Amino acid sequence: MATDKKLFAAFSRRDLLKSLAGIPVLGAVWAAGIDTTKRSKLEKDFLLEKLNIKASPPPASGPMSGDPLRIGLIGFGIRGEQLMRALGFATNEWVEAMSKAFMEDPKDKRLEDFKAQENLNVKLTAICDIFDVRAEKALKSFNNESNTCKRYESYLDLINSGEVDAVIIATPDHWHAPMAQAAIEAGIHAYIEKPMTHTIGETYLLREAVRKNPKAILAVGHQHRQTLSFLTAQDAIAKNTLGHISLVVTNTNRNDGNGAWQYEIHPEASPETIDWNAFLGNAPSVPFNPEHFFRWRKWWAYGSGLSGDLLTHDYDRINCVLKMGIPKYVTASGGIYTHRDGRNVPDVMQVNMDFPEFSTGSSQESGKEKGMTLVYSATLGNQFDRGTVLMGHDGSMELGNILTIYADPRSTKYKDMIAEGRIDPSVPIYQYDPTADGVDAVTSATTKYFANKGLLWTYRDGKRVDSTFLHIREWLSCIRLGGEPSCGIQEGFEEAITAHMAGLSYKTGRKIEWDSESERIISLPGEDLDAILLENSIS
Amino acid sequence: MTRPSLLSPPQTSALVILRILIGWHFLYEGVLKLYSPSWTAKGYLLSATYMESFFHWMASDSMISTIDTLNITALLLVGVGLILGFKTQVASLIGIGLLLLYYFAHPPFPGYPQGPAEGSYWIINKNLIEAAALVVIFLFPTSISFGLERFFTKKEIQTQS
Repeated sequence: MATDKKLFAAFSRRDLLKSLAGIPVLGAVWAAGIDTTKRSKLEKDFLLEKLNIKASPPPASGPMSGDPLRIGLIGFGIRGEQLMRALGFATNEWVEAMSKAFMEDPKDKRLEDFKAQENLNVKLTAICDIFDVRAEKALKSFNNESNTCKRYESYLDLINSGEVDAVIIATPDHWHAPMAQAAIEAGIHAYIEKPMTHTIGETYLLREAVRKNPKAILAVGHQHRQTLSFLTAQDAIAKNTLGHISLVVTNTNRNDGNGAWQYEIHPEASPETIDWNAFLGNAPSVPFNPEHFFRWRKWWAYGSGLSGDLLTHDYDRINCVLKMGIPKYVTASGGIYTHRDGRNVPDVMQVNMDFPEFSTGSSQESGKEKGMTLVYSATLGNQFDRGTVLMGHDGSMELGNILTIYADPRSTKYKDMIAEGRIDPSVPIYQYDPTADGVDAVTSATTKYFANKGLLWTYRDGKRVDSTFLHIREWLSCIRLGGEPSCGIQEGFEEAITAHMAGLSYKTGRKIEWDSESERIISLPGEDLDAILLENSIS
Repeated sequence: MTRPSLLSPPQTSALVILRILIGWHFLYEGVLKLYSPSWTAKGYLLSATYMESFFHWMASDSMISTIDTLNITALLLVGVGLILGFKTQVASLIGIGLLLLYYFAHPPFPGYPQGPAEGSYWIINKNLIEAAALVVIFLFPTSISFGLERFFTKKEIQTQS
């Protein structure tokens, strides 16, 4: 007791102060921290509640149980190989290359991801490729104890073999529709690469065939329809987050040989190893030319350049979110500026697609809610990433794997919240990242920086998944259990007609008009539109 | 532990202020992260520009939640220690360790991508300067002059006499 007293006496008030003065500082900083997080959470919740956008995954396609489906592949080129891996079939060469890549860089998880992919319960029973080397490569890899794969000389033999329930078509554009039509009319399901067709005429014929054969399921290969952020974007549009969208800009920017379709010419390509007439099909008859065979995208006779190969991606991305259908008017321009190598499709192309009657809703007085232009701007001579932006009166949406929404400083809808300082137009009001655990309403420059670096991927239940796999799975699920593919004949029809209108406008220098009543292109009356579209001279 | 009697009172005060300011910074960072459940260091680690494999390992699915918890705990401990003047030498060492991790994940070395920053840096940035300041705090303990340790030291002296 005496010691305590002494202690107390020796421990002056000054000492006490010097010992404990840190405590109020600690308390103040801690309280300030709690207050800041609470306030930002309140603001975030307030905004999220106000915007009410649901970041929900799509309903999963059904179980892959039952008898295995028998699949035939037509076209085992670059895309064909990718599609086969999505289906669960990788070539021995690819597996070898990937395991080597993994040994060199343990971060390379491509083989691991492939092995972890769900089994789709299919057999690859048939293959048709008119280049012997590719066909034999497929047979060598896909004929094993668990799978028997047979080569067919022609696609018709494959379709009519009785050995396939469904076909995947990954050929040059000019073969898409004839093969898909033959399959559908034979009652065989078809997954077809984009663009769905090569001519306007084929587009109607294929739609007719699908309508007449409702049991055969057709899916068009726009796999981005499986991307979560696009489905979230649909909900944001449905909730009128952006107000009246007057302009949408989409782009392609590439600056390398591969991006400009300068694919490798196989050293073993020759008239002996390639069935040249089968390649030509309905294309103008020319002597054997391996460059045409491997780099077919460079000529209107077989491909459709930027409008068919790449505009279709961007158009369908926007059509998936806005469902605006076929534009009323299309104007296009461009030229061959970089790749003057004998090609006749443009390497720079700008396409304006006008939808004067289309509306995404409005926050303003009536009369200001209609009309939208979709701009597709492409160059194969520069790869600066310009992003896809949907521009509305109330906000702008950057649409990629990550979706970001900014309020417009002059917005009517957010006017009060901007005035109160609750919304800062330079900071996103909403960001959806399918890989993040939660939704971030207000994000920082740093988060945006990480997002732009592409560090985060498309996921399902926290697992990284290839969207092509999901797209094929959806098609297989529709075959097994019924239902409509997210990109079926209607979406494919809209995509193909729009692409062909762009091609026509580019070629004629005219504005091309669509009549939605009669479902016809009404420009250039009396002229053979497909002849103009396919015109293959090199100017 | 000896009292830093070699220092003049203004020198001691300056060191105490430095210690509390750094503690303040650590504590506030720690508290914000503690009360933001969706916060994670994953992005920072995945975007590391130096010693990538080490930082990517920290960001891996099996590690990240442990790393996040450790980071928050360490920030809070350092902040509390430095502000209260309790175990400041241990706190300084932990703080230096944290700051060096932050520094090496995104070092301002010439030729390395700088990422988002509010200033311009060449080799030296604020993380490194704060770490250096903590070295000073470590070498010149002030918690006996000002801090909880004064309480215990006084008590000890009193009991011994």
